Amino acid sequence: MKIGGWGNYPVATTDLCSAYTPDAMQALLAGDRAILARGAGRSYGDAAIGIDRTVDLTRLDRFMAFDETSGLLTVEAGVMLSDIIATLLPRGFFPPVVPGTQFVTVGGMIASHVHGKNHHRDGAFGRYVENMRPALADGSILDCSKTTNETLFRATIGGMGLTGIILTASFRMRRVETGLIRQETLVATDLDEIIKHCEASRDWPYTVAWVDGLAKGSKLGRGLVFRGDHASCDESEPGRNTLETRHRPQKAMPFFFPEGMLNRLTVKAFNEIYYLRGASNRANIVDWERYFFPLDAVPEWNRVYGKRGFIQHQCVIPKSRSRDALGMLLERVSQRGNPSFLAVLKLLGPDDDGLLGFPMEGYTLAIDFPADTKSLALADKLDQIVVAYGGRNYLAKDARQSRSTFESGYPNLGAFRELRRATGAKRKFSSYQSERLGL
Amino acid sequence: MTAKTVLILGGTSDVGIATARIYAGKGWRVVLAGRNEAELERNTKDLKARYTTTDASYFRLDILDVEEFLEERLSPLPDTAICVVGLLGDQLLAQRSATRTRDILRTNFEGPALVFETLARQMAQRGGGILVGVGSVAGDRGRASNYIYGAAKGGFAIFLSGLRNRLAGTEVRVLTVKPGYIRTRMTASLKLPNLLTAAPDEVGRAIYRAAEITKRDVIYVRPVWALLMMIVRNIPEKVFKKMKL
Repeated sequence: MKIGGWGNYPVATTDLCSAYTPDAMQALLAGDRAILARGAGRSYGDAAIGIDRTVDLTRLDRFMAFDETSGLLTVEAGVMLSDIIATLLPRGFFPPVVPGTQFVTVGGMIASHVHGKNHHRDGAFGRYVENMRPALADGSILDCSKTTNETLFRATIGGMGLTGIILTASFRMRRVETGLIRQETLVATDLDEIIKHCEASRDWPYTVAWVDGLAKGSKLGRGLVFRGDHASCDESEPGRNTLETRHRPQKAMPFFFPEGMLNRLTVKAFNEIYYLRGASNRANIVDWERYFFPLDAVPEWNRVYGKRGFIQHQCVIPKSRSRDALGMLLERVSQRGNPSFLAVLKLLGPDDDGLLGFPMEGYTLAIDFPADTKSLALADKLDQIVVAYGGRNYLAKDARQSRSTFESGYPNLGAFRELRRATGAKRKFSSYQSERLGL
Repeated sequence: MTAKTVLILGGTSDVGIATARIYAGKGWRVVLAGRNEAELERNTKDLKARYTTTDASYFRLDILDVEEFLEERLSPLPDTAICVVGLLGDQLLAQRSATRTRDILRTNFEGPALVFETLARQMAQRGGGILVGVGSVAGDRGRASNYIYGAAKGGFAIFLSGLRNRLAGTEVRVLTVKPGYIRTRMTASLKLPNLLTAAPDEVGRAIYRAAEITKRDVIYVRPVWALLMMIVRNIPEKVFKKMKL
């Protein structure tokens, strides 16, 4: 059948099956055919589509153990982050790192080494994994951690499922007093100011910035910086059960938007309103869902880009050269006037937890585009800037970068390829992305 | 107050674990019964890791071999017993195989009926309890494509209806649940319309609500099915014959 990623671009043919019990993996790994694990399908491009077979792991969704004293949680890899929060926040625990959506699996979070708004301080998800058990190309299941089979461990963090199929993982949850976030919003009128605000917010656990991708000239890079921290009990309204996880009524995007609905004018209007609203809303307490996962409020928001799908260009530029590169990237985007709902800027910290991990110390910029010819051409231009400034693109978002762009950004690629060859993973685990990039 | 106990027959199924989680989340003690011990163990661990307060355990029960179970008395006797056992089978293969037909009939009807009759007697002696049987919309009318499964589920629904009437006026209640399509392992190979298809945890929540809160007799998990099946039941046989549903 044909499946896509979250961006619905590309859509490609694969044999899709499901694993219902942990034992099922042995049979799936026997024989010569290649396979690829897929979690919730929230990577944007072709990372979770197997060239031959794709195995859906979302039914391996059992918790295995939770130690309330240490916060150590052991789960099967198909467990959803949303399930973990709903189950453990009422008991006073929150995941150490969360990406922009809670509808991802633990296996997917490790394979993509996802980062969150706290990366500048706390690193990405892989840093918190104490132990995991991947099934390897020969069908064996190996225990690995920072101290046992450490090479495989490091390659599997951020390894896009290309070293083995992660079956179970243990990681440490964080204690919180409430499910609320104390948030402050800073207004930045241009790029220099937004960078200044990001730097000034380094001591805050969570920071992220929204950039108006259509602003030009002296307004280039204008936006809002959101910084937050877990609120303590004293800060919440008395009598309110602040660890509750209530379900907001969700209205799914019922159909694909007709193409053309998202145009320069509608996005410009949206951005203008968003900017002004942020400017008038400086400090407040919001619940965890609104703070971490605002887009989850509209399930299947990806359909807003129509059937042709969309791409997200997310790169990171080393810190010392960020200012210039960001200026050039934003200029390109605003010149093109490409309707982009989301341009997200974030300061990342140092990170060498995964061999192919995306984060490095510097600024990451993420921009959505409809997957049309003009935008794809623009993305190629953006890649030239990324390469020139020593940056790299995020594999979990990537659907289209060239092999040379990819190779210039990942210095540990040689070691990763070697491990794939040596363990037989190269033949056993392959995705459309791994073929495209020669992984 | 000591925690109430729920027994889930079919505790290794997708609906079984989903329902178990709902009850465990409300502080109930959960006992799972099923055929595959490794899976029972896996599900029991899941419940214990999720909810500190929950006592979860399991025992092996093959619904095709319940004689021994009928002799015993469960201790403790559950406050609520839920049967989500089901075998869809393959209609075309079953038409040519007595063994397959018998497995479908016995798994969906004979086994659950025998177990519930025994539990009903014990609950009546105790003076209270709730029995929840998961039937199927397939049991509402015989259709060409799945009448063997439908007959067994329909038979179970009639059994539940009779049991409910026999026990009316006592403190033992009987709930019949008709889920409609559910996205599970059993239906993985079928193409199901979203509007008519429930997720396992949706079924679990509906069971908990109907059994423990609103105290209903018969429910369709998604109301749209009640309407749909009313129409299906009322199509004259002459016309229905030609529809080849």
